Amino acid sequence: MNNLFNSFMTGPDEKGRFGKFGGRFVSETLMPLILSLEEEYERAKTDDSFWDEMNDLWTHYVGRPSPLYYANRLTEHLGGAKIYLKRDELNHTGAHKINNVLGQIILARRMGKTRIIAETGAGQHGVATATVCAKFGLKCVVYMGAHDVERQAPNVFRMRLLGAEVVAVTSGRGTLKDAMNDALRDWVTNVRDTFYCIGTVAGPHPYPAMVRDFQSIIGKEVREQLAEQEGEGRLPDTLIAAIGGGSNAMGLFYPFLDDKSVRMIGVEAGGKGVNDKMEHCASLTGGRPGVLHGNLTYLLQDDDGQILEGYSISAGLDYPGIGPEHSWLHDIGRAEYVSITDKEALEAFQLSCSTEGIIPALEPSHALAHVMKIAPDLPADHIIVMNMCGRGDKDIFTVAKYLGVEINAGG
Amino acid sequence: MTRIDAKFAALKAEGKKAFVAYIMAGDPDQAKSFEVMQGMPAAGVDVIELGVPFTDPMADGETIQLAGQRALEGGQTLQKTLDMATEFRKTDDTTPIVLMGYYNPIYNRGVEQFLVDAQAAGIDGLIVVDLPPEEDEELCIPAQAAGMNFIRLATPTTDAKRLPKVLTNASGFVYYVSITGITGAAEAQADMVAPEVNRIKASTDLPIIVGFGVKTPETTQAIAGIADGCVVGSAIVNQIAEGKPVADILSFVKSLSDGAHRA
Repeated sequence: MNNLFNSFMTGPDEKGRFGKFGGRFVSETLMPLILSLEEEYERAKTDDSFWDEMNDLWTHYVGRPSPLYYANRLTEHLGGAKIYLKRDELNHTGAHKINNVLGQIILARRMGKTRIIAETGAGQHGVATATVCAKFGLKCVVYMGAHDVERQAPNVFRMRLLGAEVVAVTSGRGTLKDAMNDALRDWVTNVRDTFYCIGTVAGPHPYPAMVRDFQSIIGKEVREQLAEQEGEGRLPDTLIAAIGGGSNAMGLFYPFLDDKSVRMIGVEAGGKGVNDKMEHCASLTGGRPGVLHGNLTYLLQDDDGQILEGYSISAGLDYPGIGPEHSWLHDIGRAEYVSITDKEALEAFQLSCSTEGIIPALEPSHALAHVMKIAPDLPADHIIVMNMCGRGDKDIFTVAKYLGVEINAGG
Repeated sequence: MTRIDAKFAALKAEGKKAFVAYIMAGDPDQAKSFEVMQGMPAAGVDVIELGVPFTDPMADGETIQLAGQRALEGGQTLQKTLDMATEFRKTDDTTPIVLMGYYNPIYNRGVEQFLVDAQAAGIDGLIVVDLPPEEDEELCIPAQAAGMNFIRLATPTTDAKRLPKVLTNASGFVYYVSITGITGAAEAQADMVAPEVNRIKASTDLPIIVGFGVKTPETTQAIAGIADGCVVGSAIVNQIAEGKPVADILSFVKSLSDGAHRA
């Protein structure tokens, strides 16, 4: 037996697998494209000029590092563990999404691509992509489920202001997964000039690894910031993040995977409860492995292997799959995955507003709801770091509706 | 030798091009799609491609996607699709049947079990759109070992460097996708496709069948003329979508096969 430390950070393998998960399940037309993307990404990864450009934009355009904030009133209120919030909602465009988009767009430019396509659910990834495309003068087309176009009208308007073409996807059931299908159809048709900017740690290899690497800035900053605030070498005891596809969680978790003392909890959207009526989008808690959108991962599906629609109050978590690296971390037990209902998330939303003066997006409200569950029973020297991955401006209409308040967007 | 190999050998002996036709199993309902399937050999179809419906057909255009939705709404499953083949084989033991679809319904059943069931149902080959050569260990290699053909797609983006990889483990025939795009897209141009077919022919002895954008008797003739045959899918599915009677659908299929066989 070897006694070398068995690292959790070496994945994926050369076939794009994390254990059995991941892979490259795409049509032949796309295969050469993802191979050339992989090649370019491998080159960029070790190219200082690539990271110099990223760091410069992260600092001056996005506003990184985002603060690591000790939430003292929330800590007092819950009366247990010490709670820190990683403030990625303060990024330009209001969420963690731009961390990844910048990386992919810089790659696209290196590859000479002139047209960027993206899928979006809540619209945060679409807005981030439209933003960076505007900054670089690139043509941008965003695919968004017709249903989401309706419930996320402010983000649709933002994308259009930023010069993007927003395509309302009516095929299938007009949701995020259908938007991803249509983005793939676009890519397969426009292979020469188009770059597909995927918004989460899913899709064919190299996307899950690449998006994780771009989002890992979150965890890297947490490590440094916590050491500054709590003393050299002090690691968080528990990391908590919300999971749709899982990019903000992967970004927070990844730099700590080999720190065995650090517990990691991913929070899925439990909707109305993880039940057999599928009124949730908890792929790990309520799904099983299958193949969709280029990767083998946990999926919500029926007995025949047909993909089911998830449900959540949060449009950003409303996806029937999850990144393959999470599926692997789940199976090997390195990270834990739980689910939180709409109702619990809405309570957390309100608590964040009233105790910390932070209006969170509905996605991190799920993470916060789990913090509320576990913090009271933990000792005062236990440090929880939760990723506040997005701000709630986009969600106020949804929340108002739930609270029975009528607000008029026109003012 | 599978029924596919036998069919192509026979066509070659006669100096004829192959006509391959696609329908979605269970579209618009099980009875009607079975009637169309059963009538196909008499309408000149040399190889039947039977679509397995999937909720997320990311390489297909609207026509095939809607066909899949109609089938699923009617309760079509992978098992019912295999049952169609079993029923078909009661009266026809020579026309090759190729299942075409996406990997998840197969993965969901379990590859080993699926291969046993598919062979028992008389399936001869598989086209699984989201399994490129990089994923051969998933299904391609087990399928070949079980004596089934695994039909490979080659596309305009399959360059010279990549072609050998695509042809490794290919069997039955090579399906050349005439355009970069989805099914049901713009009409294929024979003069554009011919050099590509020749490029692939130089590297393999397998028949080259061209699909995507083939929709009229004129194009079946033109495209079959520059290859070993052609495939029509969306144009036939459109007839089904329009609610045409089975006899009309089959006479349209006959006009397409006549085109290909004239080539």
